[in-house]
Order: sequence, then C-alpha cells, then structure tokens
Amino acid sequence: MPQDTSDLSVADLRTSASRRAWSAGARWAFALAALATVLVSALIIWTVASGAWTFISQVAWGNLTEIGWFPRRGLFDLSTLLVNSAQISIIAMLVAVPSGFGAAIYLSEYAHPKVRKVMKPTLELLASVPSVVLGVFAISFITPSILTNFFDDINFFNKLAAGIAVGLLVIPLIASIAEDALRAVPVALREASSGLGARKVTTSIRVVLPAAMSGLMAAIIVGFSRAIGETMVVTIASGGGDTSLFNLALTESGGTITSAMAALGLGTDQVAGNNLAFQSLYFLGALLFAITLVLNMLGDVIVRRLQNKY
Amino acid sequence: MNPEKALMTDESEAPEILAPSEPHTQTRIDVSAVAAMAGQRADTETVFECGDINVYYGDFLALRDVTLDIAAHEVTAFIGPSGCGKTTFLRCFNRMNDLIEGARVDGTIHYHGVNLYQDEVDPVEVRRRVGMVFQKPNPFPKSIYDNIAYGPRLAGVKRSALDDVVEGSLTRAALWDEVKDRLKMSAYGLSGGQQQRLCIARAIAVQPDVVLMDEPCSALDPIATGRIEELIAELKTEYTIIIVTHNMQQAARISDMTAFFSVQANEMGHRTGELVEYAPTSLIFTNPDDPRTEAYITGRVG
Amino acid sequence: MSVLTTPAGIATGAADALRRRPGADVAGSAFKWLLIGATVFATGFLAVLLAVMIVDGWEVLSGNLWHFLTHGFSQRSAAEAGVWQGILGSLQVALVTGLFAVPTGVATAIYLVEYAQGSRFARIVELNIRNLAGVPSIVYGLLGLAVFVQTIDGFTKGKTVIAGGMTLAAMVLPIVVITSVEALKAVPDSLREAAYGVGATKWEVLSRQVLPAALSTILTGTVLALARALGEAAPLILVGAATGFMSFGDANVFETFTGPYTALPVLIFNFARQPGADWGVNAAAASVIILVLVLAVNGLAIYLRNRFEKQW
Ligand SMILES: Nc1ncnc2c1ncn2[C@@H]1O[C@H](COP(=O)(O)OP(=O)(O)OP(=O)(O)O)[C@@H](O)[C@H]1O
Ligand SMILES: [Mg+2]
Repeated sequence: MPQDTSDLSVADLRTSASRRAWSAGARWAFALAALATVLVSALIIWTVASGAWTFISQVAWGNLTEIGWFPRRGLFDLSTLLVNSAQISIIAMLVAVPSGFGAAIYLSEYAHPKVRKVMKPTLELLASVPSVVLGVFAISFITPSILTNFFDDINFFNKLAAGIAVGLLVIPLIASIAEDALRAVPVALREASSGLGARKVTTSIRVVLPAAMSGLMAAIIVGFSRAIGETMVVTIASGGGDTSLFNLALTESGGTITSAMAALGLGTDQVAGNNLAFQSLYFLGALLFAITLVLNMLGDVIVRRLQNKY
Repeated sequence: MNPEKALMTDESEAPEILAPSEPHTQTRIDVSAVAAMAGQRADTETVFECGDINVYYGDFLALRDVTLDIAAHEVTAFIGPSGCGKTTFLRCFNRMNDLIEGARVDGTIHYHGVNLYQDEVDPVEVRRRVGMVFQKPNPFPKSIYDNIAYGPRLAGVKRSALDDVVEGSLTRAALWDEVKDRLKMSAYGLSGGQQQRLCIARAIAVQPDVVLMDEPCSALDPIATGRIEELIAELKTEYTIIIVTHNMQQAARISDMTAFFSVQANEMGHRTGELVEYAPTSLIFTNPDDPRTEAYITGRVG
Repeated sequence: MSVLTTPAGIATGAADALRRRPGADVAGSAFKWLLIGATVFATGFLAVLLAVMIVDGWEVLSGNLWHFLTHGFSQRSAAEAGVWQGILGSLQVALVTGLFAVPTGVATAIYLVEYAQGSRFARIVELNIRNLAGVPSIVYGLLGLAVFVQTIDGFTKGKTVIAGGMTLAAMVLPIVVITSVEALKAVPDSLREAAYGVGATKWEVLSRQVLPAALSTILTGTVLALARALGEAAPLILVGAATGFMSFGDANVFETFTGPYTALPVLIFNFARQPGADWGVNAAAASVIILVLVLAVNGLAIYLRNRFEKQW
C-alpha cells in the first residue's frame, strides 16, 4: 500500500544521508581517477622534459654531431640514432604496408563474412605477439636462414633483419586501421561503381582506395610511429651494444633511439646519477616522445576527419 | 465480440473492473458520466499543483506556461501531436528531466504541498514516490524476482519481507500467475506485454503514490494493450496515474481527466508546446472548448 | 544463311556476352590472389614463428621442459637455467598492473561516460588518453624509473615488482579506459532510466545496473590489457627487471613484491643476449612458452568478447 501522504513535508523528500554520501563520494572517486590519467601524462612530460633539459644545458653542442653514439665517452651523435631509426622504420613499412593493406583490402572487399570472422580475431591475436619473440626470430631465423642467402657478408646483428621483424610486428596494426578506413567507405559508392559495369578490381582500386585514402595515410603514419617506438626487436637484432658508429649500410648493426635507451637503462646500475650518459637517456626519451606524439596526433586528426566525412 | 476476454481465463477477480477496458467508442461517454465525474472531482485531494511550467533543453523552449492540477486516485491522460512536449512534461513530475544534460525546468510543481523543485528536495526520493513506466518495456537484465526486488532493496526493505513484496507487486500487476513458477528466470524471456506489466510491477513495488506512464502500450499488440488498460483501471484505486498516449480511444476508455497539448511554431521556427485544454475526459471528447482540440480528436490534424 | 540477325540471334548473343568467360578477368583474379597472398603472409607468419621457435627450442622443450619450467636463472650454464623466476615475476607484475590499472581505468571510463560526457574536462581527458595510447612503451619505463623507482621509493622500495607493475599499469591504462568506455556506451539508457525510475541514486544505478551490464566487455578489455603487459619487456628493463634474479630464498611471497625481480620477456632478452648456441635454445624455448601464454590469454579474451557480443 502507498504510504500516508496527508502531511508531507520537505524532510520526507530527502534520501538517507548515507545513500547520498555514497553517491557523492563515488563521484569524487571517479573524477579523481580521471585526473590520475592526466597526471600520468603530466608526469611523463615532466620526467622527460626535465631530464632532457639537464642534458641539453650541460652537453657540449659539438658532441651532438660526432662519429657515432658513444655515451660513456661523451659522444652523442644524434644523426647516428636518427638515421638508424629511420632506416629500420622504413624497412618495416616496406614489409608491413603492402601486406597490411593487402590483407585489409581482402578482408573488407573480397573475403566471405565467415573468413572475415576468423581473420579479424587472428589479426588481433598477432598484435599481441611479444616483441622480444620477434627479436629472437630475427637473429635465429631471418638473418641466418633468409638474409645470408642474399648477402654474403651480412653482420649477425643488422638493421635489415631488425626492420623486417619490426615490420611483421606492425602488420596487424596497419591492417586493422586500414580495414576500418575501407569499411567506412559507403556501400553506395561501391554500388554506384559496379552499377556502371565496373569490375570488382576496378571498383576497389579506382573507387574504394581513393575514398579511403586519408585513412590509409593514417594507418601508415600510426604504423610508422609504432615502428619508431619499438624497442626490444631492435635491441636484440640490431643495436645490442650500447655504442654504435655512424653507418648507412643496412647489413651492419646500428643502434636506434630506442635501443640506445634500452642499453642505457640496462646500465643504470653502473652509471651513477649525475652523469651525462645517464641524462642522455631522458633526452632520447624526450625526442622519442615528441616524434611519436606528433605522428600520432597527425594520424588521429586524419582518422577523426574521416569519421566525420561519411 | 471481445477476443481478449477469452484469453483472460485466469483473470477471475473483480469482473466489474474490467468494464472500462472494453473497447468502447464515443458512445460510452454520456452526459451523466460527465456530471458524475464533475461531482467526484469536487471531493478529491490534489496531488500535484503545477504553476507556470516552462521547460528548456539548452536554449530551446520545449514547453511553455503549463498550469494544471492533478487529482489523487484519478487517471489523467496527456494527449497531443508528436513533439508537443507530453513526455517532457511527464518527466517533470519525478524530476527525470534532471538527468538530461542541459534540461531546465522553470516554475513550480507542488507535490502534496511541497515544492518539488526546491533545493532541499532529493530527486531520488521523489522518484521513489512517483514511479515511472516507460514507452518501451525496459526490464533489468536480471531475473524476474530481482527486477521487482531492486527498488525495495534500495529503499531498505528487509530480506525476509522481499518475497511478499514481490508476490504482492506481481499480483497487483496481474502477472503473478504467469510467472510464479519462473521467478528466477531472466526477465528477457517474457513477452513484450508481460515485460511491460513487469515494469509496472517494478514501479509499484516501491510503494509509490503516483505512477507516470509514457505511452506504455505503444510497443504492444492489442491483446497486451487490453491487459495493461485493465490493470490501469484497477491500480487507480490505490495510485494516482498520469498517462501519455497517442491513442485517443485509449485516453477515452481509461482516463478521468485529459490534458490536450499542442505545438506552436514561433516566427523563428522554434516549436514550443503548450497546454490547450484540460478538462474531464468525457467533456474533451464530446464537447471540447478549443477548436484545436476538436480538430485533433476528430483526426483533422496530428 | 541469313546475315541478318534475328531477334533470337540477338538473344543468343546477349546470353553469350553475359556468360562468364574463363580467363576474361585476368587482372581481377590476379589482384584477388595478390590480396590473398598478402593476407596469408600477414597472418601466416605466426605459424612460421611458432614453428621456428619450437624447432630451435626443441632440445629443451622435448627433453628438459620440466627442469626448464621449475628452475631459476643461472649465469653459469645454459643447461641449468630455467624460467621459473620469470614466470612468477611476470604473474606478480601482472597482478600489480591489474590492481592499479583496472580500478583507475574503469573509474576514469565511468567518469567520462556517466558524469562528464561532452564536458571540457572530459574532452581533455579523452584526448589525453588517445595520446597516451601512442606513447612508446620504453617512455613509460622512464616514467617508472624517475617517478615510481626514485621519487616514491618509500612506497615501491625501489626497483621492485611494485614499481614494475605500476609502470606497466600506466602503459595499459589507455587500453583499459578505451575498452571500458566502449562497454559503458553500449549499455542502453533505458536501463539507467529504469533504475532511476524506482528511486536509485546515481551510485546505485552505476554499481548495480550499469557496471554489471558492462562487466563482460570490461573484463575482456582488462584481459587484453594484461596480456599486453605480460609480453612487454622494454619498460621493465628501465625499472629493474634486468638482473634476472629474484630474492626468493626463504623470503615469503609478500616480500618478493619488494625485492629484486625479473619477468619472462626480460628473461628471454637475457637469454638472447648471451653468446652461444645453447642460450639460443633457451631463448627459443622460452619464446614458445611466452607465446603460448600470451596467445592463450588473448584468445580467451577474444573468445569471451565474441561470446558476449550484442546483448541488447
Ligand atoms: N533530450 C532532449 N534534448 C533536446 N530536445 C529534446 C529532448 N527531448 C525532447 N526534446 C524536444 O522537446 C520537444 C518535446 O519533446 P517530447 O519528447 O516531450 O514530445 P512528445 O510530446 O513526448 O512527443 P512524442 O509524442 O513523439 O513522444 C521536441 O521538440 C523535442 O525535439
Ligand atoms: Mg513522448
């Protein structure tokens, strides 16, 4: 039975204090958590920026352009690491983009829904392969079993194998972004094309790909950013040591921004706190952070624009 | 003549209460009924007094200057063309509009003399006293039992008393006999009409004083609709009911009072709803004051 | 024979034209096979990877697996070394990661979807999360080293499982937030209204209706995030998991959280760095173990998600 309402007062329209307190408390807890994620960003920026600043303000500028990267000897040639990072990432893209895009086009345009249903999760599964395993794969298979057939004097550690392995690692990421871009192209566009008598291959290449172009660009950009930031593959397969001499040969070993960081990190117990070599770790971190942030934001803007397009 | 009747074999109680739900037409509303209703109104208590209600969504004025009173233990129907603000107005009574980002209610609604829109009032408690049934049945993805028990548990009803509350609510919602053997099963397994009755049972399980219903039958077939209408007629003895409906026969069949809303576009093209006429149902349907009401109920607009 | 084409002749010709001729669309089928080739390459290398690792690690996997799984790291000889500390360390790190990342991530998602949707603050947080998701893992290692290892070493006790777990928690936080946001957005508003309608407070609506409804999806996202953490080595190298040892001795389990530690992927890195073929065998065998672990956890998550898909 409904309760008596004959002399209702405001007090009757209050919820119990404990229920109100729980609700208000929960709100603050959730807001605090959201703030924590911002704090993580702020701390990352503060960490790399302040460490990098210490490095920049103390390093002799001439030491930034040298024969190579020898942090313990005070030689911090940035071009060595940048060129190696770029070379390895470009090789990675040469491997990942054709197969990633090919898989994306197949899955979005050709594949039977059943095939798609199996392949999509498989791609996701691939994305979770630990990068150390691909590093091991590079030195135990890619170099000895494949590359030695083509290059007689290839180094055991080399940028080519590292690049290929990084490429394998980013295929799933590229394929997945590209597939999203292709599927965002309206069916009507495809129908309009086939309605004019175009073959499937023509429709795919002349209509769907151009319409998805910006999304495909985003896939390349984000994939590249991921390749630049990849650490373990490169550390195992190319830049194992903590030093590297500038060279352009892909069959030679060479450290990247990330592998140099890993090497410095491994030595942090030995390298005492206020040594410049240790500070260069943060400087490289800042550099890497800035590069990937710019690339990711670019990719993000493109993807967002794409989402609003259709 | 009445196909529903045959299906309601388990509906043994109170046959005379079934009367209002039978699919009548205008013929049912005669002058004597109007007189009776007018007489009845004189001695009923007022549950809500609304004064100059304006509702905004952001800058958009959706409803303008509504003033009306809702009487206890009556069924009040809101009718009007789509977009005239019926739902908007209905949701003012349990402060459901508070949940909509940017929605603002100006004016006063006194509930048994207490202004609902003063700071000291907690919408949570208002919603317990003023229950709501939605257009689409929206049971929780839980068992039938837990659907009903959810509200009472929040309100602090003891475990030992829950069984009785569940049985009582389902019985009053005319659903008990159909579900008593599968209380632990998912509510999603019920038919649409059963789900809607479950939602009504859920609403009355917290012992509200008023039940708001927003087009409760719009997603249901005629048989299920008939059962809900019966239920409304029955619930009215205990609860005050406000119902939004697009079905004018339904309003005529089940309601005591009817408010007709209309929508007016201003010079700038903003469509703002307003109350056109509020009167005993029988009057609205036989002898409306306003030509817009007449045009609407005779099907010339809307 | 008449050169004039009869209507019937036209019809026959048209039927011929419509008939698929073998070899007509060479370019089309070549393109299609190219795509299939790319797809096979993109997904098939996992099989190659597994096969290579199994072959390379066969010596350990076939004869010595139990020893390998139950023994700790040894600097002396590859044959003595095992991955036991790595597996335990990884599980401990994953536990700490989950403890920090899941409550924070889910709560953030709740705030974004249920409290602040569309607000300025929410937009800032969302942008922030998207950017965090793209930060390379090793940069999180720097955060861990500077903040979790050094600044708050009173709490973490330096380079410990706790510091490592917190570092990975920061790294997977975006994954947890993004999947949880999706999960919450998928819960229909009608469910929230139903709960409000019977007089529930916001907290009651969230805790008893919305969260349970979104739980399976949130769980999937959490498992995916932890799988990612399980395979990650780079940030852990910076926060002390490199030593390859663990103070296990007579310490109780709780103390191992604040002592030196290692993790399976870091151990693999260590094996791979040692000169000599026998260490290579260890690296391959450990790779098989981590692949099986990570793929199993991921597969479980993907299976769960597909199973719970479309409840509404
Ligand atoms: N959440 C909202 N945000 C902004 N505008 C809204 C919102 N809900 C309703 N409106 C607007 O307010 C006006 C009244 O809507 P309301 O839903 O109250 O109409 P209604 O009479 O219930 O219509 P119907 O018969 O179609 O249910 C409409 O113009 C509608 O577009
Ligand atoms: Mg409505």
